[in-house]
Amino acid sequence: MTQIRYNDFSFSVGPGESVLDCILRNGIDISHACKAGACNSCMMKANQGTIPSKAQVGLRDSLKEQGYFLPCVCFPDTDLVLTDATELKVPARVVERDMLSQTVLRVRLRMETEIPFRAGQYFTLFRQDGLARSYSAANLPGDNWLELHVRLIPGGKMSGWLANQAGENEPVWVQGPFGFCFYTNGNPEQPLLLAGTGTGLAPLYGILRDALENGHQGPIMIFHGALDGRGLYLVPELQELSQQYPQVTYVPTVLHPDNADPAWEVGLLDEVVKRKFNAWRDARIFLCGDPVLVNGMKKKFFLAGAALKNIYADAFTFS
Amino acid sequence: MSTLYEQLGGQAAVEAAVEVFYRKVLSDDRISHFFDDVDMDRQMAKQKAFLTMVFGGPNNYSGLDMRKGHAHLLEKGLNDSHVDAVIELLGQSLKELGVSDDLIAQVAALANSTRNDVLSR
Ligand SMILES: Cc1cc2nc3c(=O)[nH]c(=O)nc-3n(C[C@H](O)[C@H](O)[C@H](O)COP(=O)(O)OP(=O)(O)OC[C@H]3O[C@@H](n4cnc5c(N)ncnc54)[C@H](O)[C@@H]3O)c2cc1C
Repeated sequence: MTQIRYNDFSFSVGPGESVLDCILRNGIDISHACKAGACNSCMMKANQGTIPSKAQVGLRDSLKEQGYFLPCVCFPDTDLVLTDATELKVPARVVERDMLSQTVLRVRLRMETEIPFRAGQYFTLFRQDGLARSYSAANLPGDNWLELHVRLIPGGKMSGWLANQAGENEPVWVQGPFGFCFYTNGNPEQPLLLAGTGTGLAPLYGILRDALENGHQGPIMIFHGALDGRGLYLVPELQELSQQYPQVTYVPTVLHPDNADPAWEVGLLDEVVKRKFNAWRDARIFLCGDPVLVNGMKKKFFLAGAALKNIYADAFTFS
Repeated sequence: MSTLYEQLGGQAAVEAAVEVFYRKVLSDDRISHFFDDVDMDRQMAKQKAFLTMVFGGPNNYSGLDMRKGHAHLLEKGLNDSHVDAVIELLGQSLKELGVSDDLIAQVAALANSTRNDVLSR
């Protein structure tokens, strides 16, 4: 049976058990959230032993080379010696909060040291007690802060705390950036398709502004889906961008037809996209937000003719 | 005489065929339910390895790997008719890409040679 050593403890990993579950089973409460290798909240470092490649999927090469991995998807074949990844956490403070809609809170964090990132990437946010959740950057690097759009989840630990309990200048810790959902230079005529629901708009809004700042000329369609009008946010900002830049088309979409503005599309987001978009072959596609919807769109858009390597998706997996 | 893999166009041919083939597999009601693993990128990598093998290209798949890789699908009812469907879709994909019938037959024969391992017989 494989053994893991973590700080001063030694544990046997049970059959079919992940390293994270093994540590939790032994009563040590380490930060974790999605338990599916998506959020990176539980990241650790192995100083000895062989990490299965599946436990490093999605990590930057520099992190992989240093032995960082995700214990929630790590089923080791050799003994491991582990430490926390504390050295990667950067202290930050909650400096501004306001509501973007009835359910979306904008949070601005001031970092103690600036972290380079690409618009659209995500970070893990840690509370002092270790509670950890992932949030996507909604702004461009170069601002003096990191901006997050946090959807208020009924009973949500982190979102509720950020909205109601966190104090002015509350200290938090940030780790990242992660993910590959960002704009890359070199193909300024390529059609871009951006689609997401809810706070999936956060990374998409960053990617859109990044593309425009980099002089993207090809058509850019951004679809934002919500249950009804109350879920749409940044509407004036996106309308203004689409007026200022003729290549941008903004398509607000609602599921329920009641009280829908005539300017909105009504229906399931993937169907609305398929009605209005047709440059599948050449497009670079960004999908963010609800995991079921994101994975569904990825499959449907691939079947519609998009190349899988051109689809960049961040599913907001929750636990 | 060049190998089957070379005649098909090697790595580039695998790249060209894999998306066409995987799209057909995902849209075919007879077999798509065996592929609803949400991790499409991982699926695509597996399809690429499969195509490389049946194109006669460099691969290190063993009969044992094929058995292990499909054991969980047997519980879901995997049988000869599904292997037939895969071979049929493979042929259709290659035909669309302009591959000759003779080469398609050779690929189909290689695919067929894995049948007993796939079905753990
Ligand atoms: C890569 C990544 C990026 C993310 N980016 C963002 C972002 O930019 N903005 C953002 O708001 N969120 C984002 N998330 C989701 C975020 O990390 C949290 O999952 C979310 O904020 C809920 O945390 P919480 O502590 O408030 O709720 P929890 O205390 O974790 O959950 C409370 C209850 O609500 C349920 N629940 C949680 N989320 C949902 C949901 N979406 N739908 C239905 N039920 C739910 C839980 O199962 C639980 O029962 C991202 C997630 C990932 C993996």
